[in-house]
Amino acid sequence: MRSSLHRRITAPLALAAIAGLALSACSGGPGATTNEAGAEGDGVVTIYGTIADTEAKLLEESWAGWAADNNIDIQYESSKEFESQISIRAQGGNAPDIAIFPQPGLMKDLASRDFLKPAPAAVEANADENWSADWKAYGTVDDVFYGAPLMASVKGFVWYSPAKFAEWGVEVPTTWDELLAVTQTIQEKTGAAPWCAGFGSGDATGWPGTDWVEDLVLREAGAETYDKWVANEIPFTDPAIASAFDSVGEILLNPAFVNATYGDVASINSTPFGDVAIPVSDGTCAMTHQASFFDGFITDAGGEVGPDADVWAFITPSVEAGGQAVTGGGEIVGAFSDDADTQAVLEYLSSADWANSRVGLGGVISANKGLDASKATSPILQEAIKILQDPDTTFRFDGSDLMPGAVGAGTFWKGMVSWINGTPTSEVLTSIEAGWPSS
Amino acid sequence: MSAVIPVDATTKRRSARSTEATIARKTKKRLTSRGATIGALIIAVLWSIPTLGLLVSSFRPAQEVRTTGWWTIFTNTGVTFDNYITALAAGNSQINLAGSFINSIAITLPATLIPLMIASLAAYAFAWIDFRGKNVMFIGVFALQIVPIQMALVPLLQFFSGGTLFGYPVVAALNPGSGYSQVWIAHTMFALPLAIYLLHNFVSEIPAEVIEAARVDGAGHGQIFFRIVLPLTMPAIASIAIFQFLWVWNDLLVALIFADGAVAPMTKLLAELSGARGQDWHLLTAGAFLSILVPLIVFFSLQRFFVRGLLAGSTKG
Repeated sequence: MRSSLHRRITAPLALAAIAGLALSACSGGPGATTNEAGAEGDGVVTIYGTIADTEAKLLEESWAGWAADNNIDIQYESSKEFESQISIRAQGGNAPDIAIFPQPGLMKDLASRDFLKPAPAAVEANADENWSADWKAYGTVDDVFYGAPLMASVKGFVWYSPAKFAEWGVEVPTTWDELLAVTQTIQEKTGAAPWCAGFGSGDATGWPGTDWVEDLVLREAGAETYDKWVANEIPFTDPAIASAFDSVGEILLNPAFVNATYGDVASINSTPFGDVAIPVSDGTCAMTHQASFFDGFITDAGGEVGPDADVWAFITPSVEAGGQAVTGGGEIVGAFSDDADTQAVLEYLSSADWANSRVGLGGVISANKGLDASKATSPILQEAIKILQDPDTTFRFDGSDLMPGAVGAGTFWKGMVSWINGTPTSEVLTSIEAGWPSS
Repeated sequence: MSAVIPVDATTKRRSARSTEATIARKTKKRLTSRGATIGALIIAVLWSIPTLGLLVSSFRPAQEVRTTGWWTIFTNTGVTFDNYITALAAGNSQINLAGSFINSIAITLPATLIPLMIASLAAYAFAWIDFRGKNVMFIGVFALQIVPIQMALVPLLQFFSGGTLFGYPVVAALNPGSGYSQVWIAHTMFALPLAIYLLHNFVSEIPAEVIEAARVDGAGHGQIFFRIVLPLTMPAIASIAIFQFLWVWNDLLVALIFADGAVAPMTKLLAELSGARGQDWHLLTAGAFLSILVPLIVFFSLQRFFVRGLLAGSTKG
């Protein structure tokens, strides 16, 4: 009885184990058939990305006319879970035709695993013509060009009130030291903290801080060091990075300079980044540091943005006057399919026609050189386009988007939070560096 | 001649039941005392306050929600349905929240009924039909419960989109945009092991005499199943139905992977409701209430099965 019971249980367990082994071993069966490049499409092109809400509607509007003319049905779907979903869908064989990647790192990952198709020649020609080499490099993996950039955003704007600046008798600073001097003057004149900042953003709390650090690394140490830092050839614990943190700390860790209307330094962490728009637009906060998209937040909060309006912005100044370097973000368009319809859509998205069509609808800009700057709908966007199209501008992609997720969306964010909470810089840098995956 | 009174099994069971009954009575007394009632009330109120706050917030204008707490509703009056109207219209070019409400129902009902149908038949077979390898199969089904759902997602997606399993062609691939079938099948597969196991426990508890009597009277498997087994296990089926319904209704993971585009259920759109940068988080209050509407109705109308279902399979007899 006992032995038979024993056998009754072990036999199926052993069977299950063997089946498991067998199944895991044969995970590489005959490969799926691949369509030939340029094969006739089915008239439907699916696009998957992170762009949502109003921006998604405008995106669809931007290609609607072209799609109707060319008889292609473009179906766009967005998801906040894009980063994890796109890998699952690629592996599951259910990938969209085109994906709009907000992080070049993710696109490179999928390209190196052979899920993405190299960009068609027409797209590469457009990219050579319309984008700078800096930008094209973000769509290139191992010398193969996979996709052209789509839109762009410029980070590192300092939002301020022109009227108040005139009242206090200060001018827009052109160097970092001048910025500190201006801050000091405002502080003395008003007796209140001139800067406000908010790092709060749910799970992503801390990211606005990474923008600060990236801006300062690029401006103080230069583009070459920045590239090495992003690739971890220079660790976070390097003196160049520590010095960037210290420079940011001259403002953000100085209780006399922050945190206008919200309280002490620690309140930066608990303030949602978008809420900062309220004191900026009503004038109770003299300056805040945020990317070009903050435009929309200020408008929502009742402020008007423009050179002579309530709120205007200048780019975070360099250490020395002249020769500006900016950080920013953008999207790269990658394709999982290479049928004729998909290629046609890719070509259109990389053209100046599309850039003008989308930018004309408002809210965004592109680094496309064929873009007509006057098409931009708001003064700050025109300013941003000017910066991007200026041949003297050194553009670098937001570093935290280029780093592996464990750092760029992990320890770097957390490090900024604990840094604001008073952890010494060296300790913070060691903990951020520790998140770097060992390869 | 020692007078041993023969005690048959029924009497023994009865006496055991009577002691159980006294314990139950004592417990009942203790749980219905004044102190316990007050304690229960306090817990109930404490646990409902956040939900109440959510409900109040959902009727407040966006600007109010952002600047003041819901408890200031009496000083900052202003009631609006804007949140609900905006939330219902929110979505993408293929579907909005109102449309996905229908999708949720269209996904949840079949994804509850199909596994229940299969599971009750399987449970009957495992309990009352003798066939070779029955125990091996049952242990296999039981063991499937330990396979994490996350592990099955990518292979299952490959199966649907390419018709391949571990790289080998098995069936014809489903066309893209094949509607709800992917989600139904996925949910059914993930639900079956537990449903079969729980129902098996119930079905096998039916006294053998009843089944045998039916057989003697000439009933086949079909008649036994529909006339005896199904009515007797209704409470268990109902409780599993509630669990499965709530699980599928609230599911986001399976929906993210198997319900693309126009067949997306509410959970998928709710996750996008707060906007790309979280700027519309005030809409989540309204969205939350829209999404718990159906589960609340299901829960309250089938509440008594729910409590019984919590104990399903945990006790014998």
